[in-house]
Amino acid sequence: MLLLGKKIGMTRVFNEEGASVPVTVLQVGPCVVTQVRTPDNDGYAAVQVGWGDAKPRRSTMATIAHDAKAGAGPKRFHREFRVPADKVGEFSLGQELTVAALEGSAYVDVTATSKGKGFQGTMKRHNFKGMFASHGTERKHRSPGSIASHATNRGHSGKLKKGKKMSGHMGAERVTLRSLDVVKLDPAQNLVIVKGPVPGANNGMVMVRPAVRLNRSKAKKVADAAKK
Amino acid sequence: MGATAVAILEGLTKDQLKTDLPRLQIGDTLNVHCRIIEGQKERVQVFQGVLIARSGRGINEMIVVRRIVDNMGVERIFPINSPKIAKIEVLRHADARRAKLYFLRDRAGKSRRLRDKRRGLEVEVKTEPAAN
Repeated sequence: MLLLGKKIGMTRVFNEEGASVPVTVLQVGPCVVTQVRTPDNDGYAAVQVGWGDAKPRRSTMATIAHDAKAGAGPKRFHREFRVPADKVGEFSLGQELTVAALEGSAYVDVTATSKGKGFQGTMKRHNFKGMFASHGTERKHRSPGSIASHATNRGHSGKLKKGKKMSGHMGAERVTLRSLDVVKLDPAQNLVIVKGPVPGANNGMVMVRPAVRLNRSKAKKVADAAKK
Repeated sequence: MGATAVAILEGLTKDQLKTDLPRLQIGDTLNVHCRIIEGQKERVQVFQGVLIARSGRGINEMIVVRRIVDNMGVERIFPINSPKIAKIEVLRHADARRAKLYFLRDRAGKSRRLRDKRRGLEVEVKTEPAAN
């Protein structure tokens, strides 16, 4: 299950104890199933969903025709998610997926493209400490320091190790946050309200799915609750 | 899709906004009743002081209340829509000419007082700790 939508913004909600909970509001769906991929036809089982109306004038004929098969206008975004081969029959072309599909999931995973930060140094990009502020340091306060030595740890090549953390482009990458708490679902307005921040700018496209595998702390919470 | 982002956010928090708040003006002397939960018990603590700043809007609205305890300035920031704030009482209005009364932080002694709005009299703003 995967739903597409957009990030509306952040606000706060007071819970029963009166504590302030920071939340992100996502407007998700309704998505249209634009293609069902079956093992017979495509070699694997998956469902393609489309979301966000695009102007026909700005869409290609291919997109228009593709989405018309599902009885929908051209969509801006199309994404696929894999399903087990025996479950693929539960989806049909033109079917509408809404927030209601998330009913019953206490946790969701949210995937989005993070905000681009441009070319950043190692302190911001990799949380390096930088150099001393004083003690004779000159013009090197934010530099990464030594990047290789002694034939790079006796590798005898004397070259940099691959993947060495250095300055470079930061952000604007795909980020998935797992196991976010669902604070509230609002099917009337197609809203999902999750606890905490979500990557990307407001109005950015986000993908929401029921939590696939809970992270350790959330899994423990669920297990503890089940014991009681 | 219909409603704008701001309208959606406001719509979500609308029913959490308090409707019974008094009109708060900068310079007012307030009694802020906070609910405090200690273990199982809940009790109300009153914080009395001068409203020196407010910021944010809607559900994010905050007030800064300053008082003097044992000659030490104490400022608390309250989210006014929080359910933990049981009540806010306005005791006195003062003649404040600016939106943020941060200058009070640098004042000591008599100059710490603000002029009372109603009577045009110099009235001492609470400097002794209130007997709780």
